[in-house]
Amino acid sequence: MKRYNEYYVPIFFLILSILGIVAARVGFNFILAELYARFVRNGIFLLALIFPIMAGMGINFSITIGAIAAQISMLIVMDIGFVPSLGFIIAILLSVTLSIIFGNIIGNLLNRAKGKEMIASMVIGFLGTSLYQIVFMVAYGTVIKPFNKDILLTRGIGVKSMLDIGEYKDLFSNLLPIRIGDAEGSLVPIIIIIIVGIIVHLITKSKIGYRMNAVGENMYLAEKVGIHVDNTRKIAIIMSTILASLAQIMFIQNLGILNVYTGHLNLDIFASAALLAGGATFKKANIKNAFIGIFLFHTLFIVSPLAGQNIFKNPALGEYFRSCIAYGTIVFALMINLKIKTE
Amino acid sequence: MKRLRLEAPQLIMISYLVILAVSLKYIGIPYMDMINDSLIKWVMNGVLVLSLVPMINVGAGRNFGLPIGISAGLLGMCIALEFRLEGWLGFGVSILIGSIIAILFGYIYSIVLNRLKGNEEIVGTFAGFSFIPIMNLFWSLAPFKNRQMLYPVGGQGLRPKINLDGYFGGILDNFLKINIGSLTIPLGLIMFFFILCFMVYLFQRTRMGIAMACIPENEAFAKLSGINIDRYRRIAIIFSNILAAIGIIVYSQSYGFIHLYDGPFMMAFPAVSAILIGGATKNKATVFNVMLGTYLYQTTFLLSVPVANALLIPEMSEIIRMIMTNGIILYAFLYEGVRKRNEKV
Repeated sequence: MKRYNEYYVPIFFLILSILGIVAARVGFNFILAELYARFVRNGIFLLALIFPIMAGMGINFSITIGAIAAQISMLIVMDIGFVPSLGFIIAILLSVTLSIIFGNIIGNLLNRAKGKEMIASMVIGFLGTSLYQIVFMVAYGTVIKPFNKDILLTRGIGVKSMLDIGEYKDLFSNLLPIRIGDAEGSLVPIIIIIIVGIIVHLITKSKIGYRMNAVGENMYLAEKVGIHVDNTRKIAIIMSTILASLAQIMFIQNLGILNVYTGHLNLDIFASAALLAGGATFKKANIKNAFIGIFLFHTLFIVSPLAGQNIFKNPALGEYFRSCIAYGTIVFALMINLKIKTE
Repeated sequence: MKRLRLEAPQLIMISYLVILAVSLKYIGIPYMDMINDSLIKWVMNGVLVLSLVPMINVGAGRNFGLPIGISAGLLGMCIALEFRLEGWLGFGVSILIGSIIAILFGYIYSIVLNRLKGNEEIVGTFAGFSFIPIMNLFWSLAPFKNRQMLYPVGGQGLRPKINLDGYFGGILDNFLKINIGSLTIPLGLIMFFFILCFMVYLFQRTRMGIAMACIPENEAFAKLSGINIDRYRRIAIIFSNILAAIGIIVYSQSYGFIHLYDGPFMMAFPAVSAILIGGATKNKATVFNVMLGTYLYQTTFLLSVPVANALLIPEMSEIIRMIMTNGIILYAFLYEGVRKRNEKV
């Protein structure tokens, strides 16, 4: 039985999802369409969590910082006003640059807080959010003069909380059109996610991936055999931040709206819960977990408000139920994993 | 010898406070009003901060799972309101029921934390976060009948903010209020806080308190000397939860509302930040840390609101508050990491 240990959590989620689908009484096409959107929007976030887990740092809750990097670069591109196709490329390049800088800072901070990476990364995420808010809510318009006055609030200080980036939404619309359920989308984002997944998989099998594994297994032993522990951990965080920023760009592009102040909140929780639902632990995660997790977790996410509506006549209950599932998954994973570690 | 540790966070905090105090003079807001408000804010949040002390001293980390204890207090208040208990009776019954529920919640919480020694902070954070949706489910399904607590339409589910006017809103604030010139001292409120602080102080001096304090010092040694570590941790966690339940009741009576649903979501971080400003370390916190830290923290943010409004950017005070709160917590994590490494060498 021990061999199937890693499938217990996914099976549990599968049962919950099926129950949810039955209770919600929705068509299969509807779920497929929603899943397509959620897969495109959240897929890379899950991949971003894999490297820090391999390097033994637990879940990197500071992927919100990566998302912030993406939002900053998107805002700058909007501000200067490039044409969408050029702007998209510039946004990607800019966000990768920013995430390398931010990832370096986070990596240095987390190296100082060994053994408490998860809670420290969480606090870093909160702190980064506040710093980001102060730049765009207070400094924009007072210290920084934007090129494009339309993005500011009417009082002239602070960026609007919601920006329309409609032109970017149509970027892929004519390339490789595909019909999934009720949704008409493009195959390009899915191909991008699969390519990123393959790259992540190749990196885990490469030299740096093995180093990360070694550091994750035993930091002191890895130091003894000549692996630069701090550097390896920093690289894991930097790659995680870069992937998170790419993921956020995909998210914004697919949504067509840039939620300046709220777009990056809670991403970390849902991404990590989805990864854990796919059978990952704090010690071991691979792209298989990511792809299983995203389908199971988000199916549950789609149907639970509807199920709440049908059973209790109150959609808010489904909302509470799903946040309960998200946090509960993490608590459950914490209890299982950390217990194993202490034994 | 009690020596006030002055490190980067405390220095930044104090200099920020001084800058704000000076700039208040130019805005033209009288200092007396601010001092009056600061006394109320101090006690309002002080009991919540005090609730962290037993858990820190037993080595169970800073209690990021504060929402659990808070939920117990909220539930106690809701039950008192359901029976339309007013005034001191309502306040007393809230504390009594809140404490009983806190014992239950604390017991369950302690089972979780005792399984996961050494990782209390991350587990506590998520235990607190995941507890809120559970309580949300409860708030919207619980069979309360008092119309003043329910949603105006529908008649099912508690409303997010329940008004305490006519029940026990401001009951401690207005108890034994002393006016000296324009200075108003809410003596009853402060006395209540001091009594609780004194109780925690006495508890630390008892046999049990001293035994608890030696657990984080050296757990193996404590175990060898016959201390039942799990039991002591459980007692400390339950004690913390009871104080948190009382804390939210004191908070709510000052605030005038019971804030349900996502209200307690982010309450743990300011409390932890306040006790860190007071100079508490990972394994040691005193009542003095609580009093000093809460006063500095709350007063700073009380002063920052009029200053931010004068600058025409009202959001700024809240953002700076969040930066300070999280920055101080992060500093504590980083600083402890370095110190631990130095000790090892």
